Formats: sequence, C-alpha cells, structure tokens
Amino acid sequence: MKNTIEIRWHGRGGQGAKTAALLLADVSFKAGKYVQGFPEYGPERMGAPITAYNRISDLPITVHSNIYEPDYVVVVDEGLLDGINVTAGLSPEGAVIVNSAKSPEEIVPKLRGYKGKVYTVDARKISVATLGKYFPNSPMLAAVVAVSKVMDKEQFLGEMEASYKHKFSKKPEVIEGNMNALRMTFEEVNV
Amino acid sequence: MISDKINENSPWQDLTEGNKLFEAATSREFKTGEWRTQRPVHDAEKCRDCFLCVPVCPDMSILVTKEEKIEFDMDHCKGCGICAKVCPFNAISMEV
Amino acid sequence: MSIRERLSGNEAVAYAIKQINPDVMPAFPITPSTEIPQYVASYIANGDIDTEFIHVESEHSSMSAAIGASAAGARTLTATSSCGLALMWEELYVAASDRLPIVLALVNRALSGPININADHSDSMGARDSGWIQIYAESNQEAYDNFLQSFKIAENKDVMLPVMICQDGFITSHGVENIELVEDELVKEFAGERKPLHYLLNEKEPMAIGPYAVSNYYMESKRGQRQAMLNAKKVILSVAEEFEKISGRKYGFFEEYRMEDAEYAIVIIGSAAGTAKAAIEEIRNTTGKKVGLVKIRVFRPFPDEEIAEALKNVKAIAILDRSEMFSATGGPLGAEVTAALYRAKVQAEVVNYIYGLGGRDITTDDFHKVYEELYRMAETHEVRDNYRYIGLRE
Repeated sequence: MKNTIEIRWHGRGGQGAKTAALLLADVSFKAGKYVQGFPEYGPERMGAPITAYNRISDLPITVHSNIYEPDYVVVVDEGLLDGINVTAGLSPEGAVIVNSAKSPEEIVPKLRGYKGKVYTVDARKISVATLGKYFPNSPMLAAVVAVSKVMDKEQFLGEMEASYKHKFSKKPEVIEGNMNALRMTFEEVNV
Repeated sequence: MISDKINENSPWQDLTEGNKLFEAATSREFKTGEWRTQRPVHDAEKCRDCFLCVPVCPDMSILVTKEEKIEFDMDHCKGCGICAKVCPFNAISMEV
Repeated sequence: MSIRERLSGNEAVAYAIKQINPDVMPAFPITPSTEIPQYVASYIANGDIDTEFIHVESEHSSMSAAIGASAAGARTLTATSSCGLALMWEELYVAASDRLPIVLALVNRALSGPININADHSDSMGARDSGWIQIYAESNQEAYDNFLQSFKIAENKDVMLPVMICQDGFITSHGVENIELVEDELVKEFAGERKPLHYLLNEKEPMAIGPYAVSNYYMESKRGQRQAMLNAKKVILSVAEEFEKISGRKYGFFEEYRMEDAEYAIVIIGSAAGTAKAAIEEIRNTTGKKVGLVKIRVFRPFPDEEIAEALKNVKAIAILDRSEMFSATGGPLGAEVTAALYRAKVQAEVVNYIYGLGGRDITTDDFHKVYEELYRMAETHEVRDNYRYIGLRE
C-alpha cells in the first residue's frame, strides 16, 4: 500500500460533503494517521457542486495542492454525474463510490469510460431506516472507509462511537441511530 | 523637560520611541501668537467683567487675573477675533 | 508532553490566542479570517478567557481601536484578510510609527480586483513597507507556533513594533492538518504578560502619543523605526530559541530544506513550500539531482545577508512570488532576493516566477518544471525571461 491515500469528494453545497471530509480526517487522525481535510472554496451556494479532499498517510504530509489523481472518489449526489467528470484523474486501481439506489452496473455508463471499481451505496435508504431522516454523511463516510480500508472496520466504529458520544452528549438518543447507519453501510455497499 | 532636549538639531537617536512625549500641556511650548495678524485690544472702561469672552477663546488665551480682570496671553492668541464678536459691550476691538 | 491535535489554521491561531489570553481584540469579519474572531468570541462567551472583544464597524476602526488599546498599555490583537487589511492601511503605518506592539493574524487573500476570496500574498505584500514585522507560515503548525512567538517579539523593548502573522487563506486557514500544541502552562509562562514601559493609563507619567512630526523630525523618526526593524532580527532569533525549548521546534528567518548540497534552489513563501518539498523528495529519489528550497519565514525584517549566504553555492535559483508587483523586476520577493544576491556578489543564474494568484493551485508537477528550467539555465547560462508565470494560460 502506498504511503498516502488521496480521496476526492463531490457533493452539493449544504449536503455535508465538506463535513464528511472533515469527519474522515478526524476519525483517521484518531486512528493515528497523518491527515488533511480541506474543501475547495469558490463562490459556492447551497446546491452548487462543491469539492472536498482528504489525504491520509502514515507519514507527515507536506503537499498543499488540490488532488488531481485521487485513489478514491466519493459522489454524495448522484445528480452530479451528468455535469461533472467525477472520475477525472481517478486511479484505475482505486474506486468510485456513488450515493445511489442503483446498482454499480447502472452507474458505469455515466462514468465516461472509467475502468476501475464502482461501488454504490443507498445512503437515503440507510439514513431513513436508522435515523428517520436523510443525512447522507454517515453512510458515505462509512462507505469510503469500507471501500478504501483506510482503517479497520472495528477501529473505525469504535472511534466514531467515541466521537458521537462526545458530540451528542446532550442528545444520547441519536448515537444509536448514527452507529446503526455506519454498521448498516458496511453491509449495504454494492460492488 | 523633553522639549529642552529634543530640537530641530537632534540626531535620530535622541528622539523618543514613537515620538512619545512624556509631559503634559506641551502645547504651551508652541507659541501660536506668531500667527496673529490682528490683535485684541481691551477697553477697561467699557468692560463689565462679564467674562463671556473667556470660554469662547479657542486657545484659552484670555486669562482671568486675581483681581478678576481679563488679560490676553499674547504668546498664544492667534488673533481670531471671536472674543471681540461675543463681547456685549464692545470692550474688545481688533487692531492691526 | 505536547498535545497531538488536528486543527485548521484558523482554529490553530484562535487556540494560540486562547492560550495567551490577550487583553483586547477589536475585529471585523472578512473571509477567510472570520473564523478567528468567531472562535475567540466563543472562548470569551464560555469564560475561557477574559479578553475584551470590541465590535467595530470596519477594519479601519478595528486597527484604530487596536492602536488606542495598545497605547493604553493593553496586549492587543486583531485579525483580517485582503480588503480588510487594505481598509486598515493608514492605521497600519500609524501603529508602526507609534511603535505599538499590536499583533495581527493575517489570513492571506488576494486583493480586489477582480474580486476574489482565495489565497495570494497581495494583501500583506502591499503592506510590506508599512513598518510591520511580517512572519509567514507554511502549515497550520507554523501559523500556531509563529503566533505564540509574536507578542514576545513585538513587545521586546528593543523592537516595539507591530507584527503580522500570515498564513495562506483557505489552504491552511480552512484545511485540517495534524498539529502539536504546546501545553497551556508552558505557553502562559512563555508568553507572559505585557509589561509596558510607557502607556497612556499610567497616571504617574503623562504622555502624548502620535504627535505631528514636521519635516524637521519625520526622517529621524523613520530612521528610528528602521533601527527597531534591525534590532528585531536578533530578537526574532532569540525568541525562536526560547520557543524551541518549550516546543522542540526550531525556527529562523527561513528554513533551508535539502540545501546542504543543493545546486538548484527555489525561494518561496507560504503553504506552497510544502508542495515544493514533496517535489524535491521525488526529484532526489528519482534523478538524484541536487535540488533544494529556501522557505522565507521572516519577510520583514528582510534577512538579506543570510539569504545570500544560504544561496551562495547554488548554480541556479528560482524565486517564486505569490503576488504581482507590475514592476520590471518581477514580484516583491524576487526583487529583494535578487538585490541581496547582487550585493553579496552571488553569481548564480536567477529567474523570478509569479504563481498562485487568486488561489491558482500549484502542484508538485509545477515544481518539477521549475527545477527543469533551473537545470537548463545552469547549463546554458541563459535566462529566457526573468518575469514569468506558473500555471498561466498563454
């Protein structure tokens, strides 16, 4: 495995792709990694396409540029596939993970000839089943960990639980739902 | 007095840090009386010692003596003439 | 034991402010520095610190209020970016000439126009002649470390100058990275309290500040500011030495990266230096070419002799500017480094590049190309154009 895993997130303003990238940086940091999590800023508004990035490594990271040849791409909104070449520069040894109820085979034609692996995860179904509302963040975060294996599943779940306990100390009732969303995602990712 | 030590011939090393001045009321050192083109002249006969001229002087150059009479500080009076304007008794006139 | 954390650059600077607990912070929000006063306001609201936060209606006012507070004797800071710094312009000069040890957390952003919110150094480089000390950071760690050192430099009796602690907008300010924090007690001891020699609230010493300096005094006053800037060089190094004792991290005027045997060098400021380092490792590992980097940390006072010394043995140098000067000589860093090299009679071939304006990204590939141009220059002794661009469509 190479030293640094590079991940690019595509989402829409307000959907939480940036937050998900920061959460991934957070949990990877807690797992002992060197991390970067950063959004690409422009005149974005709610609903406009946005990009965020992660670098995760066992060694200190000094590069401060955007990521043009990612190992993994996460697409938080399926609707972006028409307008944006989400797999641009994506390593054929890597993978793209799309938030969609469709199967990977149905998504492939929209990926402009990408030859690597394609995963889909129905974040809406998982989120509604476990949280009662549509928050794509937690499922997409779990999906990228499941696919990239940037860290061990049990370690990831342990760190996330600790983080939720801290974050939702006044709302402990939502911890279980979020943990279920993460666990369910590991079962639901479609190759 | 710092103003005694610092003057137009002082080398840069002698100026205070940030030109700070460590004394109060240094404006007294600056003789604005040199600016004057007209000077106020007081007519003690007409003056009723009302002192209306004292607070209006922008340079605090009208002093009240122990005998409760007014006196001009000609080192600082710029000759603006406000005192002459406010005097209800025409006791101050401006002369060249 | 230092504290292992991951923070954005803005969080890191705000955390440094929290640890120092300064007296007064007047500030007005502007992207991308807004988070700094926002975090500090939360610290104050939560009772973590007792800094007096002054809400002002503009940056002109925030710097004016900072000048007043600092003259009164308070340890004072503010934060801003881009047009905010521009609106402070006249006050910047006043703060410096009044010799007030204010610290400004600057999050570098391009100046309008055209309007743009992303990183470049046009804001701080425009203020390079204002009399402020300027210290730049490559990473969140450096922004934090530089901020912790800032008041000790500013308030030193031989310096008494305002200090700008600069970091690249969004790239470090909004990017989360690993960071090592210094323990609270160590920071407290290191940063201490401001003990002003002269201050307006001292009833035992009446004082006037900022008097009109006629022609008979203005030049002498400016020469005094230059002396403070010269004195700052020694103080910056001694504060860095002291900081190393509590943090284990070493700082100087600049960082020399792989310069011990370098034949080709890049001189650069800010976050892109980290990208250059990655390129250097790739080049050295694949081609064995002796490439190195001088990353400027302190731009004011400008360490001219030291830079020339660091570069005296290289064959070719590329100086990279993240701000435009519209001059005939390239950008501000290019002009100053070239002048330093000329005076020190360094014979290397020199080229100046403008890069990264308005947030234009710079990658390791770009640095590969710059080094390739340096090999060619060293070989042919021919500089094609001393005022060129990286990543410009042409």
